[in-house]
Amino acid sequence: MSNIVNVQSPLYHADFESLASVTKEGGVSLREAKLLGHLNLRGNSDSPEFKNGVEKALGLTLPLTPCTSLQNDDATIMWLSPDEWLIIVEGGQEATVEETLRANITGHFAVSDISGGQTILEISGPDCIKVMQKSTGYDFHLKQFPVGKVIGTAFAKSSTYIRRTSYDSFQLVVRRSFADYFWLWLQQSSKEYGLRITL
Amino acid sequence: MLHIYCPYCEEYREEEEFHPHGQAHIVRPLAPESLTDEEWSQYLFFRKNPRGLHHEMWVHAAGCRKFFNMTRHTVTYKILETYKMGQQPSITAEDTQ
Amino acid sequence: MSQVNRLELGGRINRHKTLNFTFNNKTYQGFEGDTLASALLANGVDVVGRSFKYSRPRGIITADAQEPNAIFQIGSNDASTIPNPRATQTELYQNLVCNATNGWPNVDFDLMETVGKVGGAAMPPGFYYKTFMFPQSMWMSYEKIIRKGAGLGSSPLQPDPDTYDKMHHHCDVMVVGAGPAGLSAALAAAQAGSRVIIADEQNEMGGSLLCSTQLLDGMSASAWVANTLSELEQNENVTLLPRSTVFGYFDHNFLGINERRSDHIGETDSNGTRQRLHKVRAKQVILATGAHERPLVFGNNDVPGCMLASAISTYINRYAVVPGNTLSLMTTNDNAYKAAIAWHDAGKQVTVIADTRPIPEAGTEGDLVKQAIELGIKVLFGHAIINVKGSKRVKSVEVAPISSNGEKVEGEVVSYTCDTVASSGGWSPVLHLSSHTGSKPVWRDDIQGFVPGKTEQAQLICGGVNGVYSLTQVLNEGMQCGAKASQAATGEPAQEPLADQEPSAALELSAELEPSAGKKLSAEPAPKLKLVEPSSAPVIKEPVEAPAMALFHIPHVKPTSRAPKQFVDYQNDVTAAGIELANREGFESIEHVKRYTALGFGTDQGKLGNINGMAITAKSLGKTIPETGTTIFRPMYTPVTFGALSGSDVKHLFDPARFTAMHSWHLANGAEFEDVGQWKRPWYFPKPGETMQQALQRECLATRNSVGILDASTLGKIDIQGKDAREFLNRIYTNPWSQLAVGKCRYGVMCKEDGMVFDDGVTSCINDNRFLMTTTTGGAPAVLSWLELWHQTEWPELEVYFSTVTDHWSTMTISGPNSRKVLEKLTDADVSNEAFPYMGWIATEVAGVKARIFRISFTGELSFEINVQANHGLHTWEAVMAAGEEFDITPYGTETMHILRAEKGFIIVGQDTDGSVTPQDLDMNWVVGKKKEFNYLGKRSWTREDNQRSDRKQFVGLKPKDKNFVLPEGAQLVFEPNQSIPMTMVGHVTSSYYSACLGHSFALAVVKGGLDRMGQSVFVPLADGTTVEAEICSSVFYDAKGDRQNV
Repeated sequence: MSNIVNVQSPLYHADFESLASVTKEGGVSLREAKLLGHLNLRGNSDSPEFKNGVEKALGLTLPLTPCTSLQNDDATIMWLSPDEWLIIVEGGQEATVEETLRANITGHFAVSDISGGQTILEISGPDCIKVMQKSTGYDFHLKQFPVGKVIGTAFAKSSTYIRRTSYDSFQLVVRRSFADYFWLWLQQSSKEYGLRITL
Repeated sequence: MLHIYCPYCEEYREEEEFHPHGQAHIVRPLAPESLTDEEWSQYLFFRKNPRGLHHEMWVHAAGCRKFFNMTRHTVTYKILETYKMGQQPSITAEDTQ
Repeated sequence: MSQVNRLELGGRINRHKTLNFTFNNKTYQGFEGDTLASALLANGVDVVGRSFKYSRPRGIITADAQEPNAIFQIGSNDASTIPNPRATQTELYQNLVCNATNGWPNVDFDLMETVGKVGGAAMPPGFYYKTFMFPQSMWMSYEKIIRKGAGLGSSPLQPDPDTYDKMHHHCDVMVVGAGPAGLSAALAAAQAGSRVIIADEQNEMGGSLLCSTQLLDGMSASAWVANTLSELEQNENVTLLPRSTVFGYFDHNFLGINERRSDHIGETDSNGTRQRLHKVRAKQVILATGAHERPLVFGNNDVPGCMLASAISTYINRYAVVPGNTLSLMTTNDNAYKAAIAWHDAGKQVTVIADTRPIPEAGTEGDLVKQAIELGIKVLFGHAIINVKGSKRVKSVEVAPISSNGEKVEGEVVSYTCDTVASSGGWSPVLHLSSHTGSKPVWRDDIQGFVPGKTEQAQLICGGVNGVYSLTQVLNEGMQCGAKASQAATGEPAQEPLADQEPSAALELSAELEPSAGKKLSAEPAPKLKLVEPSSAPVIKEPVEAPAMALFHIPHVKPTSRAPKQFVDYQNDVTAAGIELANREGFESIEHVKRYTALGFGTDQGKLGNINGMAITAKSLGKTIPETGTTIFRPMYTPVTFGALSGSDVKHLFDPARFTAMHSWHLANGAEFEDVGQWKRPWYFPKPGETMQQALQRECLATRNSVGILDASTLGKIDIQGKDAREFLNRIYTNPWSQLAVGKCRYGVMCKEDGMVFDDGVTSCINDNRFLMTTTTGGAPAVLSWLELWHQTEWPELEVYFSTVTDHWSTMTISGPNSRKVLEKLTDADVSNEAFPYMGWIATEVAGVKARIFRISFTGELSFEINVQANHGLHTWEAVMAAGEEFDITPYGTETMHILRAEKGFIIVGQDTDGSVTPQDLDMNWVVGKKKEFNYLGKRSWTREDNQRSDRKQFVGLKPKDKNFVLPEGAQLVFEPNQSIPMTMVGHVTSSYYSACLGHSFALAVVKGGLDRMGQSVFVPLADGTTVEAEICSSVFYDAKGDRQNV
């Protein structure tokens, strides 16, 4: 039995490595931020032991304002609902972070490792807002959707969480089984602007 | 296409993010076994269908996945308020008569 | 020059670019900037189609969206052809190919015309209802003939080669229409700092200004338009959408816009998006949609050459086309004189103007009337054109004096020779969009038209749609509206009013400025805006106009029923006589009149004819127009292609396809796939040359005799955590969970409150506060939502959370007597029956990666369900395949899984159940908790009278008498095969297969009282008329004791 484990991200089959070398131009850039650690966190934000526990474990304040996110060098926390957050950490760290959270939080809470279940697509470039407008009904004006905001919304015929990382770059949190649909959809929607794959 | 204020996300979202769940404020009887078939059927099957203000339950399915309630006018489709689960409407049909 | 009607100079066309086009197989030339209609008129084409019912020759009437006649089949081949666009709204492009839609077999010689002429009197309104409904069985064949004759166009036969898409927008102010009102409103809103979108259906923005001869601040109307557009274009907060029809106005200020991006360039656009559907959510909507001119209803008013007065002005001024040589004009108002003046200025002859109004007192004539008289045009007051002579083109008109109320002809009829007739009965505000949201139009006597009424939308109206027609007032109202909308949308105070004029009544009526809202409206403070000095309204010299006359239907010397046909609705051939007949037959409500006569039922939705039809009904019933009813328009304003409505959601993007981590392996190994929900699941894995049945038999036998492997990743998985998780399971599932130990698994059934089975699956105890629930593949999202529903709404006090982990785990089931041997090669864990008994689970490593193994079985064989993090899914699958090679491990798909489980009598929710089946009906009393403290979901309903009936349909097995015959799934069952039709049906087949292990076919079914009918026969009447017999038996066909899974 071989000891080499062949790890495959949800868009492994799209072969971004090869595409990156042939797609150099385009108004839209796409990158799979693959194989990161994804943890789903549930808890009562009114409970100090929960809030403090998360803060202690991650060194990050739990975002309590709806649709916001906070990040430091090691982790990003996105608000998903009043009692649900998504924590993104470096790939391979998820088990350790889960343990740390369990060790630091008391009371009622839940952590689920969902690292295999989703991936992050980073879409950027001068025309990426138009692609987003084709895909979802949310208002992408900076006034309504400032940098750092996170929204859960319908995306084409699927759904996603969208986080704005700069004026013209966004992260999409995509479920593994829908990743191919997103890939097909983004190719179609960005065709007129040119799509560039980056690594 | 309704424009719905999610009381949990605290902003307006497009209708396609939501699913309707019918009449709001239907409470499950605490002791179902003590009810007659007729009383139980009232809870199970019978729903209001008013022309005018209606309190409905919705879920922000593609967003925060929270259920909430809405006071909506069934003729004009105007949404008068949305409010969190466990809260009571501040506007009722009696108020507007 | 072949364009006989083209003027030497003028118009907004590019004479340097000649475009060739083909109409009914004849080639013509036009210019860039032409519409198809203006190009046809330039070439002197009179007849463009045949009418719906009478098959009369018809010509172009309008220059806009109202056009009822010039409706074509456009496109050169079966892929690009489009049925029914209006030539008046189709921009000419190089090598355009079109044909008349109606007019079978051709427009100049038409078989149906004979029917129309002979049968004219025999085809009153309601003809189709009265004649063709009997016998009813013949309707289908009548319909085919009528449709062909009526020519509703033909659909493309080949796939559409073009790309379409959709785009969402949000704005403060959405302006619909870029005429003078819309442009000034957009400018004012933009200057006040709002995010503005302005859309217009035409190729150029400017609306009526594009063919106006008025001066604004001393500059031409088109120069003012260019200046205004340039300022709007430079404002980054403004989006301009030309060639974009706002086709629908929906709830909460949501608008649908169809932008034609490349239709004006050519037939297909292989590179870009041909049409884009914009979906706009606007804080404020300004309707600046203008007004449509109404034609007058008079004898033979459909002969080619009869046109709207304003259309004639448009063709002359905008397209430099004079569509004839000699013009007669009939009008109820001053404005229409512009057509005669333009005609005269173009150097052509105006024969006569019949002005229906009484002779004015000297000096009270309007400026345009004076101008016409000064130009030497013959003006007859108190006169009307009562009839037109000619068939394929106007030859002359009959003019007569009429009474001052316009109801009678009073005097001698004089004939005038001419080839063109213009008519104007006033203007109808284009209130369609306001109508879409349920707002009822309101009649205004002062403008003789309906305007938008009270609305729930945050909507303002200005200009023509508000019944305001003088350019000065229109521009002022536009600016006020723009400023007001901007203030309402952004919360910024409006600048000082620009004009000292009061806002009109209707503007206030419709304005509801507060957005309809939930509790917390403005989550964030209004941003600081950079305000631009607002423009002031230009100074314009307005002609003085005398009041118009309220007249719709022109009298004839004969009564209407005997007069020449006076058309009201050209698309459906509805005449004034037809409407009066409908009234006499008792149809008095305008809604009934419309349905009986088909008034307004064409693709033009009665834009041209509805008001005239209502006026005729009102007159014949002695009522006023508002008493007769109102006119409601529905989306779409003009037809929208299916391509635009579907956007990119076609072909592979029609519905998302979901894939497991092992999909590439399945593809490489020749799997056939089945759609389960949105998932693509391997159905079976045929080897070269194998039929499906052969593959299934091989897969089944391999699993029963050695080992098979199934990709079960699609099963829903929910991570349930919290100290009350167990209690929650007790309430949701029918069976008890209090005693399930850590490391153990249990099968559970969920019912809805009505007691019917809703989902099932295995839930495992991870630790005392944590369970992993599995659900059916298709039911996964519904189950998660179901759990959240009960937790959030009824039992929030229970400390429990649910998270979906469906996609996180890849699941592969190895099943069969050799499955343990395969597993042992891959893990160090002790997987013996003693260490790892049936219905338990362990956490370990498999193939070098972390795994959870569940010892559960859906096949009845010794089975292990291996779960690994999905990024390791394919790796693990390949390792299992390699380890299983010596046992000839056989991949199988959903069909073999279905057969194997059916042999064991295991249900599939949604296949063997349909939402009307209780656990008792399934003979699954063992899964029903009797002693649970909480009255769990579904329990109370089982004692409802209907659910206690002994003749409920119950779940049983069926053995067909013919051992090789596989009953069709869904087949109905009867007890008595020889009864007469309709038979009494007693149930149906839910699952049916051939079993290689059993050596015969078998089925699962629901049968009335079936559990008490073991050994009895049921009969299956088949579609081919034969009936087969089957024996009712236990639903468990294989290993009834369950020994094989327990080794």
